Amino acid sequence: MNMSDLVSLLPLLVLVAAALAVLVAAVVRRSTQAASWITLAGLGAALLGVPAAARSGAMRVSDLIAVDGFTLFFTVLLLATALVVCLLSVSYWRGRRGRREEYYLLLLTATIGAIVVVSSIHYISLILGIEILSVSFFVLVAYRRHKAEALEAGMKYLVLAGVSTAFLLFGVALIYAEVGSLGFQDVVTSMATGPGLVATAGVGLLLVGVGFKMSLVPFHLWTPDVFQAAPAPVVAFIATVSKGAILALMLRYAAVVALYQSRSLVAALGVISVLSMLAGNLLALRQRSLRRLLAYSSIAHMGYLLVALIAGGTRGPEAAGFYLVVYFLATLCVFGVVVLRAVGRGQADDLEDFRALAWERPGLAAVMAIGMLSLAGIPITGGFLGKFYLLLAGASAGLYPLAAVLVASSVIGLFYYLRVVAGLFTSEEPGIRRSEWGGSAGTVSGLVLGLLTAALTFLGVYPRLLVGLIAVAMRGVFGG
Amino acid sequence: MNLAFLVLVPLIAGLLAWLLGRKSDSAARLTAFVGLSIDLGIVISLWVRFPRAAAVGPGNRWLEQLDLPWIPQLGIRVHLALDGLSLLLVSLTAVLGLVALAVSWSSVQKRVGLFHFHLMFVLAGIMGVFLTLDLFLFALFWELMLVPTYFLIVIWGHENRQSAGIKFFLFTQAGGLLMILAILGLHFLHASQTGEYTFDALRLAATHLPGRWGMLLMLGFFLAFAVKLPAFPLHPWLPDAHTEAPTAGSIILAGLLLKTGAYGLIRFALPLFPQASARLAPWAMVLAVAGVIYGGLAAFGQRDIKRLIAYTSISHLGFVLLGVYAGSRAALEGAVLLMVCHGLTTGALFALAGGIQDRLGTRDMASLGGLWSVTPRLAAMTLFFALAAMGLPGLGNFAGEFLVLLGVFAVHLLPALLAATAMIVSVVYALTLVRRTMFGPSRPAAAVVDLGATEMIVMSGLILLILYLGLFPQTVIDRIRPFLQIIPGGIG
Repeated sequence: MNMSDLVSLLPLLVLVAAALAVLVAAVVRRSTQAASWITLAGLGAALLGVPAAARSGAMRVSDLIAVDGFTLFFTVLLLATALVVCLLSVSYWRGRRGRREEYYLLLLTATIGAIVVVSSIHYISLILGIEILSVSFFVLVAYRRHKAEALEAGMKYLVLAGVSTAFLLFGVALIYAEVGSLGFQDVVTSMATGPGLVATAGVGLLLVGVGFKMSLVPFHLWTPDVFQAAPAPVVAFIATVSKGAILALMLRYAAVVALYQSRSLVAALGVISVLSMLAGNLLALRQRSLRRLLAYSSIAHMGYLLVALIAGGTRGPEAAGFYLVVYFLATLCVFGVVVLRAVGRGQADDLEDFRALAWERPGLAAVMAIGMLSLAGIPITGGFLGKFYLLLAGASAGLYPLAAVLVASSVIGLFYYLRVVAGLFTSEEPGIRRSEWGGSAGTVSGLVLGLLTAALTFLGVYPRLLVGLIAVAMRGVFGG
Repeated sequence: MNLAFLVLVPLIAGLLAWLLGRKSDSAARLTAFVGLSIDLGIVISLWVRFPRAAAVGPGNRWLEQLDLPWIPQLGIRVHLALDGLSLLLVSLTAVLGLVALAVSWSSVQKRVGLFHFHLMFVLAGIMGVFLTLDLFLFALFWELMLVPTYFLIVIWGHENRQSAGIKFFLFTQAGGLLMILAILGLHFLHASQTGEYTFDALRLAATHLPGRWGMLLMLGFFLAFAVKLPAFPLHPWLPDAHTEAPTAGSIILAGLLLKTGAYGLIRFALPLFPQASARLAPWAMVLAVAGVIYGGLAAFGQRDIKRLIAYTSISHLGFVLLGVYAGSRAALEGAVLLMVCHGLTTGALFALAGGIQDRLGTRDMASLGGLWSVTPRLAAMTLFFALAAMGLPGLGNFAGEFLVLLGVFAVHLLPALLAATAMIVSVVYALTLVRRTMFGPSRPAAAVVDLGATEMIVMSGLILLILYLGLFPQTVIDRIRPFLQIIPGGIG
């Protein structure tokens, strides 16, 4: 490992240093505030390290990690998301008693895990990254440990994540048994001679493991409970960073391993995608809890993204990249409002808590409305272009049946998104009176949400920059 | 840039109205008014510069164009273009927008800023639909119209607004998304033949459509437009949405949104898929005649004024559909004329129905009556527009319906005969509407205020327009004829 290798790993190294700094600071003097500041500074510094890493040129650092345009693009996305979640967390915990140093430490480790996942080109780094990510989330999900439902959700997540890891490991073992190597690239060379049954089964098991993490149907059972019981910023983090990182991994993996050569695996992915789109949207319809609704909505969105994954080529990953950015922004907008609504009290879970929000907090209602409309795929928000891009990718690969299901299920989806948005503007008595919930939104969080909303609308009106950027970033991995 | 302003001005005015509306209601109303006045000014300046019909030919089709790259990586451009057809409908949008604004001036008192925000956004979307030639942009504006309309219905609407709003949204959204799939199909078919990735309708028109492709893609477009129109079996959203929407919403729905469906058929479905359209034409005419008769009979059975007017829309838009698919130029010209006149009359009728509801608190004809003696101006206006809607000769709607029938009669006898019977039904429901509300024993006990000065000005303006269209239809037809000639299905 030489100097330029270290430079290209700069963002990761900074994050590791920040995590250690949080630990050391806690030994010297326990202070939640110090931990949050170190975390914010670490994430910011890691972001600043990305240009340096980019300048060192696209390269493989050892056999485990590639720091190419693809990695850097997702690194920026993940770091920026983590930064927003961290800021929201500061608002969230401000009104609550107790020390939270370990919370910020876990945010950092989860981010490290996610970045390792998106840069991995080897099964070892893949498993390492996924495990760092999952273990951090075991604790974060059950973080409100005095509440029974948080423990229940934590247990569910722990058990199911454990099972999924077992699938993953077994899958990798089967692949290793046939290929005799653990690099993604090496599998291709053996697949080119016709993938054996054992290796195909291995990749299938790996997809099952990954399906759990992305909460695809039928591996989605943990999602609603976790979304309901975990602290709001953690939910935002799971919905974006955890799922997004794994999807990014799959984009690279599918392209490198030439997954598309296996008809049965592609067919299986197609079925999973259809099930996720339909089940996610149908189950969201009757939810009275905003968080469960968003959980099912996120399941559906992962189904949409699978369409782009299956489409492959150059268009598929580009569409998925664009959609992920839009989905991240919209999810952060919505959960930002949930966090600020829950400041100082409760979970802000029932849809009633958001009824008539527009007359109390017009700003928050606007952010939430635009986030929801983007998730629904309404023009002027980025969501419309994102969905169109996915359809474009699907159609370019001739996947018209999948595209038709995407269309049909997003019509169903409109039902509940619009219900929420219309609820924000109803004239009835608000669910919570202004005096009942303490704490102000906080200028910083308000500003961040404003920026996110602006970015979401900007992408809907002027997407050219991001589309071009993604095309450049992905060129190295997917050609074209 | 005029064309971009037509769309952008309402958008900006809408945002400003929302922001200013948090401080003062009248500021929001004024902002919207100024925005629409600017649009109307642009429209008038375009009419003034409109060249004589002879000067416009196939080589010089567009009066004004704007073509800028938007997302070059995906072949998406901002391509706005204006010809006689667009100009006519854009003018209708500006006029009815002002009417909608005028009728909500005093009747909307809740959340005024937000109301005008939604109103302006719908109008901007409609303007965009009437102007764009890039199919992606068209789909975008198509969707953009829906959301604010939905909110106009569910926030400011009447008793059953929630279900009406959802029904409206699901029907139209399902159609719109099918159209997006068809657009994508056409896009890739074109790319596979020429290697050029484009969404420009003018370029896509050259696509060769092998086998069943033409029919499939055309149906995607047709269904989206037929839902909006609405063609007969796809109409169930319409009576509910029109009835439950606030007055301004009903005016925009009936006057403008329905026209986007007919416009889409004329602008895109016919020229992009000439052969498939020709094969669909007999079936479309069956649906059209069914709609004409069903709408008329159903209107006859209504007690709710707004519902009655809503059903008459189904009947009249059936005429439009008939004219579009008759394959005769006269019928097509009649259809376009009828679109504009129907927009004006139905807009006025919904404004008057809204006025009745504001004054008397009911839309039920059974509890109305005798308005002629109480509010003579309101009654006279209602009579005029009811007569216009039923097709009184000398007024615009008659000219439109007559041209449609004339055109259809020359090629298909039976549909023309069947559709003509509906003109009798229309007399019955129009006169019933007037008799039950305006004459008979006077029900309202309290003193009722007659139409005010603003309302009289608005209504008089609409009357003049309808009279003009009825007496001098040729001046309008001259201006749209060169453009309709280019449409393959329109040459009889």
